[in-house]
Amino acid sequence: MSALKPAPIQPALQPTELALAARLIAGDEAAFAEIVAAYSPLMLHVARGFVATRTSAEDVVQETWLQVSCSLEGFEGRSTLRTWVLAITRNVGRRHGAAEARELAWSQLDDGGGTVDPQRFRGSQDPWAGGWTTAGAPVAWSPEQLALDGEALTLMTRCLRELPLRQRTVVELRDVDGLDAGAVCDIFGISASNQRVLLHRGRAKLRQLLEDYYGGREAAP
Amino acid sequence: MTPSSPLTCRQVVEMLTDYLEGALAPSTAAALEEHLATCPGCSTYLAQISHTVRLLGAVTPDELPESTQKGLVAAFRGLRPPRP
Repeated sequence: MSALKPAPIQPALQPTELALAARLIAGDEAAFAEIVAAYSPLMLHVARGFVATRTSAEDVVQETWLQVSCSLEGFEGRSTLRTWVLAITRNVGRRHGAAEARELAWSQLDDGGGTVDPQRFRGSQDPWAGGWTTAGAPVAWSPEQLALDGEALTLMTRCLRELPLRQRTVVELRDVDGLDAGAVCDIFGISASNQRVLLHRGRAKLRQLLEDYYGGREAAP
Repeated sequence: MTPSSPLTCRQVVEMLTDYLEGALAPSTAAALEEHLATCPGCSTYLAQISHTVRLLGAVTPDELPESTQKGLVAAFRGLRPPRP
């Protein structure tokens, strides 16, 4: 017998996910309450990628859960239940977004501008062109500054909301919720590189805000 | 950086998410690591991006209001009465 196993053509069935679905189909309220609590934060972030307000996003999540409740028999266990629920969230979100006449151009690429102020780098005439200037080089944050993480966290939560929506959505799903890159690409129909551009631009803006907050860099003259 | 480095700091800062995501070609990743090893500015920048990502991981996720969650469970009960 060959030691090499052929790669499965279909994704493997997920028995634990099917068991969870079976509990839900049987009307297990506790299991339902559990997944509502566990998946809704992610679903709100997915929904916000399609609709204009937090309230609309809550509507999307509610409608999704009702749809999930009615269509559990359609879950075949070829993905996790969470992935299946997120795909439904995307469909409901997209429909609500279209009804709001609000279509975010998810596939549109961001302009290729740099994420760091170009003044912080040496100019093309400099022998070290493209290197940090003395004043522009980032200064390491001190342990005392990093100890203010509680405040920094509040700032981060506020600043996340001010990011351009696509960057915010990708940063929330990837860095706050811990969703993997492939899932984010699937949900929004974007390429892996576009996903990384959005993630990078969002992270770079938040890093800059933290830098301003920690006061690690002297204000430019 | 030094004048002989193939990557400039300005290029490096734009490559860090690709680097952290493992999306760089091995030769590019090696050049970037070489740059980071000798450039305090860029290694500080990378540490700050990593700190930013860590902080984001500690942000409280958005929650559906408690009353909405309860309403959904009640709706579920109506749609799927418990089976023995």
